[in-house]
Amino acid sequence: MGYTAKVMEHFSNPRNMGEIENPSGVGTVGNAQCGDIMRVYLDIDDQDIVRDVKFKTFGCAAAVATSSMATELVKGKTIQDALKITNEAVCEALDGLPPVKVHCSLLAEEAIHAALWDYAEKNGITIEGLEQPKTDIHEEEEEEVY
Amino acid sequence: MQDKIIYLDNAATTAVAPEVIQEMLPYFERYWGNPSSLYDFGQQVRADITDARTRIAANLGASADNLYFTSCGTESNNWAIKETMFAYQNKGRHFVTSSIEHHATSHSAEWLEKRGCEVSYVKVDHNGLINLEDFRAALRPDTVMASIIHGNNEIGTIQPIAELAAIAREHKVLFHTDAVQTVGHLPVNVEDLGVDFLSASGHKFYAPKGVGLLYIRKGVKTKGLLDGGAQERKRRAGTENVPYIMGMARALDLSIEHLSERAAHATKLRNHLISRVLSEVDHCRLNGHPTLRLPGNANISFEFVEGESLLLMLEQKGILASSGSACASGSLDPSHVLLAIGLSHEIAHGSLRLTIGHETTQADIDYTVEAIKEVVAQLREMSPLYEDFIAGRKAVSAIK
Repeated sequence: MGYTAKVMEHFSNPRNMGEIENPSGVGTVGNAQCGDIMRVYLDIDDQDIVRDVKFKTFGCAAAVATSSMATELVKGKTIQDALKITNEAVCEALDGLPPVKVHCSLLAEEAIHAALWDYAEKNGITIEGLEQPKTDIHEEEEEEVY
Repeated sequence: MQDKIIYLDNAATTAVAPEVIQEMLPYFERYWGNPSSLYDFGQQVRADITDARTRIAANLGASADNLYFTSCGTESNNWAIKETMFAYQNKGRHFVTSSIEHHATSHSAEWLEKRGCEVSYVKVDHNGLINLEDFRAALRPDTVMASIIHGNNEIGTIQPIAELAAIAREHKVLFHTDAVQTVGHLPVNVEDLGVDFLSASGHKFYAPKGVGLLYIRKGVKTKGLLDGGAQERKRRAGTENVPYIMGMARALDLSIEHLSERAAHATKLRNHLISRVLSEVDHCRLNGHPTLRLPGNANISFEFVEGESLLLMLEQKGILASSGSACASGSLDPSHVLLAIGLSHEIAHGSLRLTIGHETTQADIDYTVEAIKEVVAQLREMSPLYEDFIAGRKAVSAIK
C-alpha cells in the first residue's frame, strides 16, 4: 500500500486503543459502508486539559495509525490546543499518507471534534472555534470524486 | 515478520515452476531467432512454438489452428469481447455478461457501452451462481455475444459453462468464457464446454506473467487488437514471446499431468481451512458456492473487521492473502462480486480470500487458522462496531 514506517509502526502498536468508562465526551465518525469508523473517548479534567484519550477504529491501516497518532497528539493538551490539531498535522507526524488514504486523517480530526462537541453539549458549554463536526466525512469526499 | 512465507494468494499469481524455467532458458541463451525469419535459425524456433501450440491445444481439446497466443488473460478477454462485437456489429449491438466478471470483462463491457452497445448483466444468486433461465431471458435477437467467467477469481464459484454455452448456441449467440482461474486446475475442454472463445493466462498455472492464450472456434471472424505483421495467422501482430510461450506449454503439460492429484490436494486443504475457520471464529461466513467452487479458493467475511487491516496483520505473521475491501483496492467501494452476491458493504469490507497452491501444506493451513483467530480477535477488540454489537447497541454510524 506504500505506507511509511511510522504508519506501520502505529498500526502494529496502536497507542491509546480502548475505551474510557464514563468519558467526558465521546464521538463517532465515518460509516461502515465506506469501510472506516472511528470513535474517540476523552477524559477532560476541570482545568480543561485532556487527561486521557482512547480510540476504537474499524478501518484500514491508515485509519488505525491516524487514530493512534491523533490521540497521542491530543493527550495532555488543553481543549483549545486539541482543537488546533489538524489532519495535516496528523499526516505529517506519520511522515505522510498515500493520497487515497488522506481522508483517514480527516476522520481522526473529525472524531476528536465530535468527542469535544459531545463534551460541550453534556456540560452545556460552548467551545470557542468548535463547529458541529460532520459525522460522515465521506459525504463530502464523494462529491469531490464525482 | 515471520521468516517463512505462507503464500495463499495463488489466484493472484503462482510461482514459476523450476521445470518451466528450464524449458525457457534455451530460448534466451541459444534459440533467440525471430520465428518469422526465413533462415533455419528462425524457422527452428517457429517449429518449436508450433509444437507448443499443438500441445496446449491438445490439453484444451482444441486444434492448434484455433489457438492464439496473447500477452495475458486481460488481452484475451479484451480481444474476444471488443473485436468480436465490432466484427459482428451488423448483426446487433447487444452484449450479455454477468455481474461477477473480472474487470477485464466488466470494463470491456463498459467500453462497449460508451461506444453505443447495450450490455445486459445477468445477476447471480447468493452463492454466485447464474440461473440458466435468467441467462436465457437476457438473450435477444440482436445479441451478438455472451461472456461468462468459468471459475470466479474472488469467490471461486464455478458456473455451468456447458449449459450456458448450449443456450447461447440455441439463440445463435457467440459464447466466450474467461477460464483464467480454471485452466490448469480443472479439466477444461473447449468441445465439452461448447464455447466459441476461451481465455486463459499462463501465470495462474505456474508459467511466468506476460503470456496468455485465446481459443477461437473455427469460422468465427474476429481479429486481434494489434495490427502489424502476419503473426498468429494474421490475427494478432507482434513478434511472438517465444520463451514465455514455451514456458506456458510446459507449465500446462505439468498442470494437466498432475491435475487430479493437485485438485484433490487443494480441495482437501480448502475444506479443512473453511470448516476450521467457520467453526472456530464467531460471526463469519463463507462467500461463494460451498461445493461448486475452485479447488483452492476460500473466501470468508469476518464481521466487524476491515480487510486491509486483516491482510497487513496476517502479512506480519508471514501469511500472504487478498481481500475484497475497498481499502485494499484503493477505491471507495468494496468488491463488486461480493456486493453482487448480496453482501452489505460492511461485511464485504471484512472479506479475506485465501487461495491454495500445490505446495501448500496442512501445517500451513493450521498455522493460518491460528493466525486468523488471533488477528480477528485483535481487530475486533479495536472495532467500534464490535463494541456496539457486544453492548447490544445499534451502530451509531450512518449505514445507508
